[in-house]
Order: sequence, then structure tokens, then C-alpha cells
Amino acid sequence: MNPLAAYSLALGDDALVLAQRLGEWAARAPQIEEDLALANIALDLLGQARTLLAYAGEIEQAGRDEDDLAYLRDDREFRNVQLAEIPNGDFAVTMARQLVFSAYQYELYTALLTSADETLAGLAGKAVKEVAYHRDHATQWVLRLGDGTDLSHERMQAGLDQVWPYTEELFDRDGIVSQLPGIAADPATLRPAWEQYVTAVLREAACDQPAPRWRSRGGRDGLHTEHLGHLLAEMQHLHRSHPGAIW
Amino acid sequence: MNQPNDPGKRGWPLWEVFVRARRGLSHQHVGSLHAPDAAMALRNARDVYTRRGEGVSIWVVPSAAIVANSPDEKDQFFDPAQDKVYRHPTFYDVPEGAKHL
Repeated sequence: MNPLAAYSLALGDDALVLAQRLGEWAARAPQIEEDLALANIALDLLGQARTLLAYAGEIEQAGRDEDDLAYLRDDREFRNVQLAEIPNGDFAVTMARQLVFSAYQYELYTALLTSADETLAGLAGKAVKEVAYHRDHATQWVLRLGDGTDLSHERMQAGLDQVWPYTEELFDRDGIVSQLPGIAADPATLRPAWEQYVTAVLREAACDQPAPRWRSRGGRDGLHTEHLGHLLAEMQHLHRSHPGAIW
Repeated sequence: MNQPNDPGKRGWPLWEVFVRARRGLSHQHVGSLHAPDAAMALRNARDVYTRRGEGVSIWVVPSAAIVANSPDEKDQFFDPAQDKVYRHPTFYDVPEGAKHL
């Protein structure tokens, strides 16, 4: 696959898979207000995914549109980081994942604002504002749960511990990125600002930054947890059962 | 006794939400929501009441801070105004061509 198409697909898969995960909170969040907040965030991510998948299909020139790419690929063909696909867990796990991922995406889109590729730069201009809100939303919750009651602190820390093994993968060297100088954002360069932001939030939330004994890898190469297949089954079954179904 | 805004054991306190649709307009009451504190109330208001571009400014006010008249006082509060037609400016002749009256 053309490197630009592959890059666009990878970023689009992150957004698509996490959008699907967050959608699982609909009607299950602690309050209806939070239901809406999470659904809004999911829809922002879905919008980003549509742009990125459509763009990947356009560059690939294999006749695949955004729906083909979203609904007709199997798990090994997905290029998202594993962080995006891990189960929601409790609310604290979801907020820990949101903090990690939105802080990463914020640095990513900020870097892409100056991409030589007009589509990516244009998407970044719109998405960076959405993600700034996602990051703020997660931050507010991590602060309140981390520095709340004994029980909320314990569960927030447990959520962070559960998510942290998947953070390292976000900044892994990526062969595709090195083929796109001036266009793609090198993940390693996003790390210092991400680290600074997340560390400050954890400190204020009175939580410890976890030091996991293992780390995930390989999402960008199509290696996934067993959870992705189940997520795709739910996301794709309607389209596969009724090809071309529309509302 | 619980204060009106006391979440008690059942959840978050209630907030009233006011949204200004455009510059130059005043804030209008649009509804209420639950939130654990003021900062979260503002964010929840953004998510619940401005998701279709309804506003450029949001106020949130603890519902408990609102002082309302009692329904029992309805008669003495409002009935006397019902038969005072002279309080409406309907006894003036409106000049021809005067608009926006």
C-alpha cells in the first residue's frame, strides 16, 4: 500500500475503533450527561475516521471507499494501536484511556497542522479543537476521581495501571512515517509534550504514573488483542449481512 | 433536612443552564442538568445543550441559588395584574408608518 494511504488508514483506524468502543457507553454511563459527553466524543472521532479512511481509499486507488475499509476488513488488516481496542472496563479505565489517547492525539494533530499534505493539515485544523475538548474532559475526571474519595482514588489508580502497558506503543518507530518526511508526524517527537501533560495531570490527581512490567506492540502491523475481533463483529455484522444498507 | 441542592446519597446536584445564542442577545434558560461541581456543570452544559451550534456563551447556576415564588402565592402575585388593562399601552394612537410597535 502507498505509504500515505497506509498512514491515513492507521490514524483513521485509531479513531474508528476508539469511537466504536466509546459508543458502548451509550445508555450505560453514570449519568445521562456523561452519556452525551462520551457519545459526542465518539462522534468526533468517527468524523475524523471518515475523513481519514476516505482519503486512504482515494489514494490507494483500489476502488475501496470509507465503508469498504471500515466494514470489510478483518482484524489483521486493521492498523490501530491496541490502546484503542482494549475493553472499556469501568469508568476510570475509560477515563485513563481517554487521557492517554487524547493527549497523544492532541500532540499528533498539532504536529500535522504544518503537514505538507493539505488533506491531513486540513483535518488536523478541525480535529485539534475537538481533541482539546476530549483531553480536557478526561483531565477533569482523572483529577476528580484521583483526588476524590479513597475508593475513587483506588479505582482511578487501578484504571491507570490497566491502561499504561498500552501507552508505549503510541510512540513506537513506524516504518511508514519515515517514508513521509514533512507529511507525517514522527511519533517519537510527540512524546515529550505528551509526557509533560500527562505527568502534570497525574501529579495533580495524586496518582502514581504506573511502571508496567510489560508493554503492547504491533497494532500498526495488524497484531491485535483478542478483543478487536469481537468489536469488529459487532461493528461490521450489519453491513456484511446487508451489503450497502443505508438508513 | 436536605438543602435543595444537596445531592444527598442519590447523585449529583442540579444546575440551571443559560445559553446565549449569538452576540448581542441575552442568555436564555434552556434547561437543567446534573453535575458534581461548577466546572463539570459547564462542560456538561456544553455537551447537552450546545451540540448543534446553539450557543456562544454558557452560564450555569446552582438550582438551589434560584429563589422562586411559591405556587400558593399565585393569586396575590399575579391575579391583580389580570384586570389592569390600562397598564398596556393600548390607549395611544399609533402614528401611521410607525414600525416595530
